[in-house]
Amino acid sequence: MSVLLQVHEVTKRFGGLQALTQVSFDLPEGQILGLIGPNGAGKTTLFNTINGVYKPDGGRITFRGQDVTGKKPYYLAKMGMARTHQIVRPLNDLTVRENVMVGACFGHENRPLHEARAIADEVLAFVGLDARADQLAGSLNIAQKKRLEMARALAARPHLLLLDEVLAGLNPAEIDGMVQTILKIRDQGVTILMIEHVMKAIMNVSDRIIVLDYGQLIAEGTPQEIASNQRVIEAYLGDPRMAEQLMEEQV
Amino acid sequence: MKQWLHPGFWITFVIVLALGLAPIVTQNASIREVMFTILLAISMAVSLNIILGYTGYVSFGHVVFFGLGGYLGMYLIDSWKASLPLAVLGGGAIAALLALALGASILRLRGAYFALATIGINEAARTFVANFEPFGGPTGIELHFSVYRDYGGPAQALWIAYYAVVGITLFAIVFSYLIKTSKFGLGLMSIREDEDAAEVMGIVTPRAKTLAFVFSAVLPGMLGVLFFFKNGNVEPGDAFRLHFSIETLVMIMLGGQGTLLGPVLGALGYQRLRGLLLTSDVKIGTLPLKDFQLVISGILLLIIVLFIPAGLVGWLRRRFAPLRRVLA
Ligand SMILES: Nc1ncnc2c1ncn2[C@@H]1O[C@H](COP(=O)(O)OP(=O)(O)O)[C@@H](O)[C@H]1O
Ligand SMILES: [Mg+2]
Repeated sequence: MSVLLQVHEVTKRFGGLQALTQVSFDLPEGQILGLIGPNGAGKTTLFNTINGVYKPDGGRITFRGQDVTGKKPYYLAKMGMARTHQIVRPLNDLTVRENVMVGACFGHENRPLHEARAIADEVLAFVGLDARADQLAGSLNIAQKKRLEMARALAARPHLLLLDEVLAGLNPAEIDGMVQTILKIRDQGVTILMIEHVMKAIMNVSDRIIVLDYGQLIAEGTPQEIASNQRVIEAYLGDPRMAEQLMEEQV
Repeated sequence: MKQWLHPGFWITFVIVLALGLAPIVTQNASIREVMFTILLAISMAVSLNIILGYTGYVSFGHVVFFGLGGYLGMYLIDSWKASLPLAVLGGGAIAALLALALGASILRLRGAYFALATIGINEAARTFVANFEPFGGPTGIELHFSVYRDYGGPAQALWIAYYAVVGITLFAIVFSYLIKTSKFGLGLMSIREDEDAAEVMGIVTPRAKTLAFVFSAVLPGMLGVLFFFKNGNVEPGDAFRLHFSIETLVMIMLGGQGTLLGPVLGALGYQRLRGLLLTSDVKIGTLPLKDFQLVISGILLLIIVLFIPAGLVGWLRRRFAPLRRVLA
């Protein structure tokens, strides 16, 4: 299996804060890789560094065999990388359909407007937002906005999808729905890197998991290995609720 | 192609066409003078709307393109004996080139910083032209009376300039609507809504913004030539009046930024109001009311920004959903 994304000793600083320290991992094509870690560990920063929002202070990022370190987000989008935002960023004054069309128009496939419209409708049905297509994006509730983030990313038909806490704030039924959606996306051949706090979900869907703590990669392995990894449990000790969720996954 | 069936386009187009035809049908020179000013305001507002309304970048530099285009056109006519159409094209071209050069540098600035930079550019352009000998330095360029002979005399030349402005304004409507309903326009509106998200979705923002700036600059460059050709002379103080940019901005805000019809109605409304102020003999203290035109546009802007930031058409579209099918 070929490696789609390679992150090699990536470092990122914000002033005096060391947000990422020499993070390295490989993501093989077709897998779901889970990314977990306590709040403030640097997970979102790692996403931002991978997709070009931030330039890394050191290290190298290779995507589809090409060195893309320091490339702009639109360059990576056109190469087939799409993402969702932890803090949703809807284009408020555009309709839901138009939001999704942007993904299809300007992403990896660079579709003309009328084709993008068809793709948008298809993707909106897939994530269950078709009834809202003509509404302004600003008028959606938070769960719907999360789905919109997802739809926009999917409409680009990416090779790699970065999902930043798409389950946060959803109720159990919505989580189940979203997990099914994610598995379906993977079955379509899309490689996924996902940040998640809902342990049960991430343990279930991930092929492998990596763990960040204070900007360092402290563990990598199968969900079972991670759930029983002493260092990971210690990292979560500051957060008893998360530690408990993690323990529950040990069988 | 379906977008051309939208009534919002035709409503706007027919309004402008009717305004443009009024003096032609009546062959009335004083109505023509009023309409010249109104159509000029409309096409300035419609073109500024491309960068301000669609892309979300507030520019106080719109008059720079008007002034510089006007200057180059006058120079071409005066020194090179160029024909009016050629001068108009030259004015559009120089404005586009300036926008291209500026776009690469100042469009990296966001929000208030960009707006401030455009004010600086206005001042820089005025100073440059006032010291540029080929453009006549501080005294500017005055056309010889004989220039108008080629156009059948001054009276006929005024009509020709008017026809050209009608044509440009109609073109502005088509052009603006074409952008609004295109893929490129979708990219611009994404930038307006959230520039960082737009980049993440693959929009090459530097290129899109620069192109939007160039598109918004071409028509002012052409209009400047027609305006000063009709005037007979151009001076630095006339060509780069900051308040002309501000008034254009107020027109857009009044009618509805980012809509097709908004800048047209805004320009029409604002010019009507201005006309009323100019002809009234009301005095505030010892000053005639007409001197308060800018004060009033300032107050107007404040009220709009505070209470109806979407402008008239934007507010209507939001308040009454069915109107979205009728107004563009
Ligand atoms: N743009 C930024 N400027 C300064 N500090 C930042 C910025 N983005 C994130 N940080 C800091 O970097 C650390 C990691 O943040 P983040 O990547 O958002 O964590 P996570 O997503 O794992 O919760 C935090 O301490 C955060 O405050
Ligand atoms: Mg985060």
